[in-house]
Amino acid sequence: MPLETKPVTVNLGPQHPSTHGVFRMRVTFDGEEIVDVEPVFGYLHRGSEKLAEERTYSQIVTLTDRMDYVSSMLNNQAYTLAVEKLCDIVPSPRGVWLRMIASELQRIASHFVATGFLLQDLGALGTPLIYCMRERENILDLFEMLCGARITNSYLRPGGVFMDAPDVFWPALDRSLGDIEKSIDEIEEYLSGNEIIFSRTKGTAVLSSESLVNASITGPMLRASGVDWDLRHRNPYDFYSEVTFKRILHTASDNYARYWVRVQEMRESLKIISQCIKNIEPGPVRPSFDDVPRLVRPEPGDSYAAIEGSKGELGFYLVSDGGISPYRMHVRAPSLINLTLLREMLVGELFGDLFVIFGSVDLNMGEVDR
Amino acid sequence: MSNLLAENMLWRNIYCNVSKSSSDCIDMGYSFGIIPSGFEWLAFILSAISLIGLVINGVLGGVIVLIWGERRLFGRFQNRTGPNRWGPYGILTPVADAIKTMFKEDILPKDADRLLYNLAPIMVVVPVLIVFSVIPFGFGSYVVDLNVGILFVLAITSISSLSVLTAGWSSGNRIAILSALRSVALLISYEIPMGLAVIGVIMLSGSLSLGSIVESQQIPYILVQPLGFFVFFLAAMAEMARAPFDLTEAESELAAGHLNDYSSMKFALFFLGEFMAELATAAIVTTLFLGGWKGPDFIPTEFWFGAKLVFVLFIIVWFRMTLPRLRVDQVLQFAWKGLFELTMINIITTAIFIFIWPEPGLKELLILALINWPVAIISIWGVSKILGTKQYENIESLKNENAYPYSFKTLPSEFYHQKGERGGD
Repeated sequence: MPLETKPVTVNLGPQHPSTHGVFRMRVTFDGEEIVDVEPVFGYLHRGSEKLAEERTYSQIVTLTDRMDYVSSMLNNQAYTLAVEKLCDIVPSPRGVWLRMIASELQRIASHFVATGFLLQDLGALGTPLIYCMRERENILDLFEMLCGARITNSYLRPGGVFMDAPDVFWPALDRSLGDIEKSIDEIEEYLSGNEIIFSRTKGTAVLSSESLVNASITGPMLRASGVDWDLRHRNPYDFYSEVTFKRILHTASDNYARYWVRVQEMRESLKIISQCIKNIEPGPVRPSFDDVPRLVRPEPGDSYAAIEGSKGELGFYLVSDGGISPYRMHVRAPSLINLTLLREMLVGELFGDLFVIFGSVDLNMGEVDR
Repeated sequence: MSNLLAENMLWRNIYCNVSKSSSDCIDMGYSFGIIPSGFEWLAFILSAISLIGLVINGVLGGVIVLIWGERRLFGRFQNRTGPNRWGPYGILTPVADAIKTMFKEDILPKDADRLLYNLAPIMVVVPVLIVFSVIPFGFGSYVVDLNVGILFVLAITSISSLSVLTAGWSSGNRIAILSALRSVALLISYEIPMGLAVIGVIMLSGSLSLGSIVESQQIPYILVQPLGFFVFFLAAMAEMARAPFDLTEAESELAAGHLNDYSSMKFALFFLGEFMAELATAAIVTTLFLGGWKGPDFIPTEFWFGAKLVFVLFIIVWFRMTLPRLRVDQVLQFAWKGLFELTMINIITTAIFIFIWPEPGLKELLILALINWPVAIISIWGVSKILGTKQYENIESLKNENAYPYSFKTLPSEFYHQKGERGGD
């Protein structure tokens, strides 16, 4: 007599330990195999876009910190670029260089978190995660020197940064760069030399570059499929046209490729930082308050500025009606948009890989729900 | 009775100190018992209970030290201090944990099968405790020396997996059921290589009794049976669901698997059972492959056993700290395609050896070690080549800056908007 089997629907999240926040999935399993996925999100919705309509342009910087809370500097950067575009602000060079240093450091920190959580999702019980977090601590210490805050920095302002780096920052930065490079070597050795990691991640959740482009997915996920799309190179903002760096591509478009791209990008970020240190010159870090007052009233109009965030194209769309606060602010959140193909990635894979694939998107619930 | 007294020193020390005028004891020079003659049955029951109590409390004490030690090591591996608040060096942390767990609310899920739900935690702890009854802790100190000791151990340890099945099934929780099914899959797959890995040891020692196996080890069998040790160790790790085979309570997938709905003392029993299984595994590995209580004479034999036990436990913890988890299909593949073949190679080489030298002495064992180590290294290397994941073909070209296989330009243009059509600025 043949056994009668039927698929089982399981609710995972929002209180599951590895949903990277408060994500929820209704997953249907046939044995261990995933048959269907229904993502549910919105548990961390704080209405940041609506709140922005009630605040002045310089106050909104603090809101952007809370969106993607593991890469707040990058959020600050995208927002300030949009405001500069809207108000025709010419930023001061030293401020821009500092901004680039800060945002590249933040990119490294964010990639460390992504890599650490890959290993955590693979079941490595915290040790690699803590090693990655230790390196992130280095970077957060640097941020503390820069602006006094570690996570919700609000360091960047339209026109530059709000405070020059203290003298102790530069030697500390030099020291940290060496430390970070060493730990990237360690992490890479662990990633590429470990058979379990390799066999778990190779060939899982493969997406074609066509489907990635059609779903407007950007960032390391897209570059892991071989599409050379990096906004720092395609559409240089700040002084990215004056630094040289390698665009990291991989062709496999599986979980391993995504993490390989992230680990290699950290090295490129280090290179960019050392070039920034060479190029930076003394001067004001932001335009004077005569040029850029605290309360800017841009002309009616709109602006869209996008940067290559740690997770993909991070864009801010601002509409001004001439008042002191934007009429509308919209965020193109890469975390949310990169989740578009979640179902395609998960269906047909095994339960053990579910959270690894989910984590390979490198999403942040603060940014998904905003 | 006299035979038992002569061989089992642990039993003799307890019994002869309880019973005053047993003739066997007087023969052996004991004269200060408490219970007078005519009450040998009472002395027997009392000393049996105290022997059982001694072993159980010893194991529980060992578990407390193990929990503390594992967490301290956990901390050291992760650049942390680990628990250090309760007692010196945090040694009382497991006690604090136990007290905390006891005062939690005991939850019974609505859909739970009440009888099985309550039975499962007991089924975890009892078999593991029974395992310790046959393990020789030192020269002449054991509870019983069964003549089928190793078979008994293999049979009893399987019950632990049954308890995981019971727990997962009776919780009425879908995630717990997944965990239960994984546990059964692991049991079926790893019981076979585990049993086969022991065969080499049994052939060399010519006995199934754990005591005789230890006594027959002129050199530790890890030197003679590297493949057997390798397979047995990994299979035992899988059997007790430790990393990298911790599929049943995979924290990042199943939250806690079969433990999801358990709380309070029932959870504590599961926790206890898990750590006791670790202790039992280390004890069996020590007994079978590391020479058990054998060691230079100037230190008591129990100490040698303990030292080897701690060493094996350290390796188990080390595995757990560093290695990620295998996927369920890979775990099963590893058992059937990897470990099974390795045990077969081991059995064949050992069988040929026993055929040539039926009663091996030290010199013959060293010859076998010289043969077995290259065989082990070559066969493990071969299996890893066959089962290992292939590297990407063009990984070297990817490291070169100018050799991108695809680029933005090579994709068909219809995947991109024309420049004028893009929104924004």
